[in-house]
Amino acid sequence: MEDDAPVIYGLEFQARALTAQTAETDAVRFLVGTQSLKFDNQIHIIDFDDENNIINKNVLLHQAGEIWHIGASPADKAVLTTCYNKTSDSRVVSCAAVWRMPSDWETGNHESPDESAHNPQTLELLCHLDDSTHGNAACVLWEPMGDGKRMISLADNHALLWDLQESSTQATVSSTATLEGKGQLKFTSGKWSPHHNCSQLATANDTAIRGWDLRTMSQIYCIENAHGQLVRDLDFNPNRQYYLASCGDDCKVKFWDVRSVQEPVKTLEEHSHWVWSVRYNHSHDQLVLTASSDSRLILSNMVSISSEPFGHLVDDEELSEGEELHQEDK
Amino acid sequence: MDEGSVPVAEDPGRRRRVHGMLKLYYGLNEEGKAPEQPESLDPCDINGPHFDPELYLNKLRRECSLTELMDQETCMVRQIRSLDSDMQTLVYENYNKFISATDTIRKMKNDFKKMEDEMDCLSANMAAITEFSARISGTLQDQHAQITKLSGVHTLLRKLQFLFELPARLNKCLELQAYAQAVNTHRRARCVLQQYSHLPSFKGIQDDCHAIMDKLAQELRQKFRDGGSSAKDLSECVELLLQLDEPAEELCDKFLSHARSRLESDLQGLEAEIRPYPSTATKDASAHGLSSATAPGSPTDGSPKNSSLPSPASNTDILEFIDRGCNEFVSSLCLVITSYQELFINHAQKGELASKNIPQMANGKLHAFVDDLAARYFMLVERRIQEEKGVGDNSLLVRALDRFHRRLQAVAKLLPGSAVPNKGTEIVIRAATERVKQYLSALQSFYMDSLTDVRQALATPRLSVAGTSVAGPASGRDAPTSLPELLSSLSASILNQIKSVLASVHLFTAKDITFSNKPYFKGEFCSQGVRESLVVSFIKFVCQSSRQFCETAGDKGGSTPPALLLLLSRLCLDYETSTISYILTLTDEQFLVQHHSPVTPVTTLCAEAREAAQKLLNHYVKVQGLIISQMLRKSVETRDWVNTIEPRNVRAVMKRVVEDTTSIDVQVGLLYEEGVRKAHSSDSSKRTFSVYSSSRQQARYAASYTPSAPMDTNLLSNIHKLFSERIDIFSSVEFNKVSVMTGIIKISLKTFLECVRLRTFGRYGLQQIQVDCHYLQMYLWRFVSDENLVHFLLDEIVGSAAHRCLDPAPMEQSVIEVICERG
Repeated sequence: MEDDAPVIYGLEFQARALTAQTAETDAVRFLVGTQSLKFDNQIHIIDFDDENNIINKNVLLHQAGEIWHIGASPADKAVLTTCYNKTSDSRVVSCAAVWRMPSDWETGNHESPDESAHNPQTLELLCHLDDSTHGNAACVLWEPMGDGKRMISLADNHALLWDLQESSTQATVSSTATLEGKGQLKFTSGKWSPHHNCSQLATANDTAIRGWDLRTMSQIYCIENAHGQLVRDLDFNPNRQYYLASCGDDCKVKFWDVRSVQEPVKTLEEHSHWVWSVRYNHSHDQLVLTASSDSRLILSNMVSISSEPFGHLVDDEELSEGEELHQEDK
Repeated sequence: MDEGSVPVAEDPGRRRRVHGMLKLYYGLNEEGKAPEQPESLDPCDINGPHFDPELYLNKLRRECSLTELMDQETCMVRQIRSLDSDMQTLVYENYNKFISATDTIRKMKNDFKKMEDEMDCLSANMAAITEFSARISGTLQDQHAQITKLSGVHTLLRKLQFLFELPARLNKCLELQAYAQAVNTHRRARCVLQQYSHLPSFKGIQDDCHAIMDKLAQELRQKFRDGGSSAKDLSECVELLLQLDEPAEELCDKFLSHARSRLESDLQGLEAEIRPYPSTATKDASAHGLSSATAPGSPTDGSPKNSSLPSPASNTDILEFIDRGCNEFVSSLCLVITSYQELFINHAQKGELASKNIPQMANGKLHAFVDDLAARYFMLVERRIQEEKGVGDNSLLVRALDRFHRRLQAVAKLLPGSAVPNKGTEIVIRAATERVKQYLSALQSFYMDSLTDVRQALATPRLSVAGTSVAGPASGRDAPTSLPELLSSLSASILNQIKSVLASVHLFTAKDITFSNKPYFKGEFCSQGVRESLVVSFIKFVCQSSRQFCETAGDKGGSTPPALLLLLSRLCLDYETSTISYILTLTDEQFLVQHHSPVTPVTTLCAEAREAAQKLLNHYVKVQGLIISQMLRKSVETRDWVNTIEPRNVRAVMKRVVEDTTSIDVQVGLLYEEGVRKAHSSDSSKRTFSVYSSSRQQARYAASYTPSAPMDTNLLSNIHKLFSERIDIFSSVEFNKVSVMTGIIKISLKTFLECVRLRTFGRYGLQQIQVDCHYLQMYLWRFVSDENLVHFLLDEIVGSAAHRCLDPAPMEQSVIEVICERG
């Protein structure tokens, strides 16, 4: 990577939603959802060929509205969810839906990329995660490593556990949890823990981080004032079941051991503005990538709190200014 | 003829020459000149031993002329003549000497003969005398032996009589209490009695004597035990008992235990003064009652003083306590030591008891005794010192310690090897370090108290600031005038406190204090004690507590009032620039600190203070920025921007933002200098109006409206902007007003921007944002160092809003201006 030229992919529209497709094991594939109020929004499927250091892209239309969050099914690489804003009658409504990509999107667009830009194929709607009674959907989380049948959507102050049936064309709410308290509480983001048999969920609202047991839909821990300002994102360490990373508007990235939530295990203060998202590397959990509105991506090597504290990776401590593929986060 | 060959020819004296000639003649040489005739083998040398007259003559005749021969001849004749006369003189002289010598010898011979006769006569007489003497002594011998025997018997009889009279005599002595005589008498008889104890009669006497002496010893012991007797009596007692073979060890023990009981009562008296010493002043009355109640019970003389002096403090102060300890305990201890040494050590060294190793034993016991008691005394003193918590009057403590230390020197003199004075010094040192610690904590609590005061003072006028500043930005100027005053009074009071503490601590090293000469007080106390653990620690504490304000407040959302942060930041900055070096110089001067051990340099402290100041200021910016951010965020998030009405006014929140910013500006301006800003263009306010019609903006709007261009044509310029115009939002600020204000405004506007990007706007929503931004533009540019920054950020906000707008129809610039003018 050091020697390679940066690979840049430009989108027509601004975008905020990006996910890696974990069901696709052969290629490095990302899904990006765009935000445009005036035009049909798109889902960009970006394959990164790391041998040749090139990008293959495909565009699918997402006509329902601008995409605020995107999630790929862990089991079926053709299935994804989006949270999108729909404007109708001067009203903006946030919805969530499950989509299937058309089966021939790969083959159909190969001959001329120019053409594909003009005549992209459209996503096939599988079902709405209809939660109008519960408010605006903030994000949809697939069950990690599951069979693509269960997912959770966070809508205002509710967490809804959905079961997908009939090859994902029908979704029913199996259980809900509601955050109660003073004022208008709203989940900003959440993460489904891959540990404990996928029975735990962590959510963020305002400055607090909460853990939920999905079997009873009850709160199991709460980190009040986890950040000085709004908590923007969470991620679980893929290898250490109690470790959780969080980031927020106080420009900090914090690492928590959810068994003792009084103090963070570690705090990073590298960014100079809000940190919008944080992700662990799936195989090397000492590598943590954070994105911030100071226009910086920072890759941190957190060996001391990783699952291999005496690890054998000798990486640079930080790879800052790595703004290449993620500028759409702006 | 003799020139060159006769070495003595030049001799001045004639006799010399005569001798020389004669010697020559006889072949003798003057010493050391023997090997001077190498040519002596020459037969022509008239002075040589191998002289051959015939040869010589022939040679002369052959070689010399007639006149020469004639000369030679006359010369020779003259020489021969002089030789002859010399010889005659010598012979004559020596002849006379011989004659007189012969006479003398003859006379001596006659005298000796006469003496020999007399000696013979003497020896004969002596022999006769010896014989007589032998005969006389032979006759007297018998009688002499008899007389000797008789006199021996007489002595024996007298001794016996003495022995027989002994019991009676002892009894009499006992009656008369002449113990010394009795002991003396008995001592004389004791050996004899011991020796002849196998004889019944002697045995009886011995038993009697024993009985009497036991009684005597009993009486002595009784007297000893009573203890009321004077020291002289006591010492006599002990001396006698020692002579009576009483075991010295036991006596020492008894003496010491007796002394101990007295000293212990002293100690108890002291302890009683500590015990009824509850820290609360309310119990003073009862405490006083208790101490005066116990006082008569104790045999000390401290009680009258205690009761006659109902001191205002009611409790004895430390000086009084130490005084009492010194007067009672230490002086008694000294007395005991002196008398003990007199009795057992000095005295025993003189007497025959010295052989029994008594001095060592006694010394050992004394040391143990003194150490034990002193330890208890020290414990009490330390307990008492520990009660000296109040840091009000240090001089009392110092004087008390001085007295304490001074009096221990007496013990040191009496008991050279003792560890007591060292321990005493240790106590003083401990007390001093303890005191320094107390001063440090007092300083710290003083500091915290003053901060609380400042906080309260800030809380009251702050309300009035908020109240007045609503009326207008200008009127906010007079309300918080107290901020610089608060700063100066805080700084001055801290400095004063430090000075007074230093003055108090300085007492420890005053010249007239005995322990100030100790190396500890000269070196370590000054450098480590005062400088490091008092002054430096305090400064560090100030910095650290300041930093804590940043940390604790950071996550809990600003529990510290921002004004306090600002004030502290300025305080730390002042410390960095002048106060620290001033304080340290003051300390060094007052204590003449010689830095044996490494001390914290001024630069380190200054760096720390600067760091704290920076941190506080950054935090201040952050807190203020977040307060405004919060307002902006709430205002953006809670509004339905799609269905808003056409803007008629600037939103109230924007006015509030400007007001708050103004009052922050005033607040910061009170403590920090203006700072540099980039030169304004000649009419900045004018420029603000034209900002939205700039060509770049036009381009952007055009791009957004034109439906034919689905791609954002500004992508490249956006990418460019990402790298070139990036603004560090929560970055460090400089120590001036403009920089601080820039930081706050940056944070606020960036929040505004990010919030706008998350929303969707209707047409009027966008227009409202336009109005708001224009309003901000009008007022905020003057606060920042670079007005382009404000332009840029507001530009971004409007641009983003336009981008997020469903129906982007911007408002006419003139309308915007009118609305904003209207307020």
